[in-house]
Amino acid sequence: MKLTYLIPLLSLSLATAAFAAPESFDFKDPKGVNNAVFNLDAPLESVNGSANGISGIVSFDPENPGATTGKIVVATETMTVPNPMQKEHLHSPNWLDVAKYPEITFEAKSLANVKTEDNVTTADVTGTFTLHGVSKEITVPIKLTYLKDKLSARVPKMEGDLLVIRANFSINREDFDIQKGKFEDKVSPTVNLTLSIAGASPK
Amino acid sequence: MRKALQLLAVLLILAAVITWAATGASRGWTKTSVPVKTLDPVTGIEAINYQPKFIAGVDFLGAAFGGAVLLVGASFIFRKPKINQPTNNN
Repeated sequence: MKLTYLIPLLSLSLATAAFAAPESFDFKDPKGVNNAVFNLDAPLESVNGSANGISGIVSFDPENPGATTGKIVVATETMTVPNPMQKEHLHSPNWLDVAKYPEITFEAKSLANVKTEDNVTTADVTGTFTLHGVSKEITVPIKLTYLKDKLSARVPKMEGDLLVIRANFSINREDFDIQKGKFEDKVSPTVNLTLSIAGASPK
Repeated sequence: MRKALQLLAVLLILAAVITWAATGASRGWTKTSVPVKTLDPVTGIEAINYQPKFIAGVDFLGAAFGGAVLLVGASFIFRKPKINQPTNNN
């Protein structure tokens, strides 16, 4: 092949590669909007709370959302419930033991059933969920919304993109050695989790 | 003293019921904060922030009733005042 053809071809493939490169989204939100809501059924009143100490990095390629990988971290200490005694119990060594296990993490490894329509992608993500020092592989449905050039609407004078991740799934606290076989009549072993987070990718 | 403790028990129950009713008559647990949701217009995420607010629950009522029972119980430690009756000395 002649050099005259090779150079434009190489340039084109390099440009395509650069364009298709995955973006890195940082989920440490200075606005404190990101949250993880948890809910456990209980006889008198369900235990409802949330955590807002969220951080993590997700690699997302708008041209190939199925290749998304990353890790989301929730600071256990930021988990809050409106009842002070329940909060004390939740943070105590008997339940989450925030001093010993300061983080709850989910590391995404692969996506399946990926469906993309406009800027919204739905998929089933499989990854490692670590809670209370126990790691389990789980698969959860997620919704990814890619907001191109929307970072400046949120953070003035900062150009870039946003990625919103929403997930709704359940875990069993006993799978993570949290009061295994105890208090099942008082607090349900099933924990419903809802994640609503936005990450930024400045340019 | 006996009467004073019993009156205090009644007042404690009344104060607790009034507080419980005034803070929303919640049939759940007592709360010292409430979640306040605000919508982030760009991402559509509802931010959750906790504002300090006291909401008396059934445990608050239970504690007040328990306290009242203790006060009434303690009141029986004190003797009933003796009523001087005229004696019949033949």
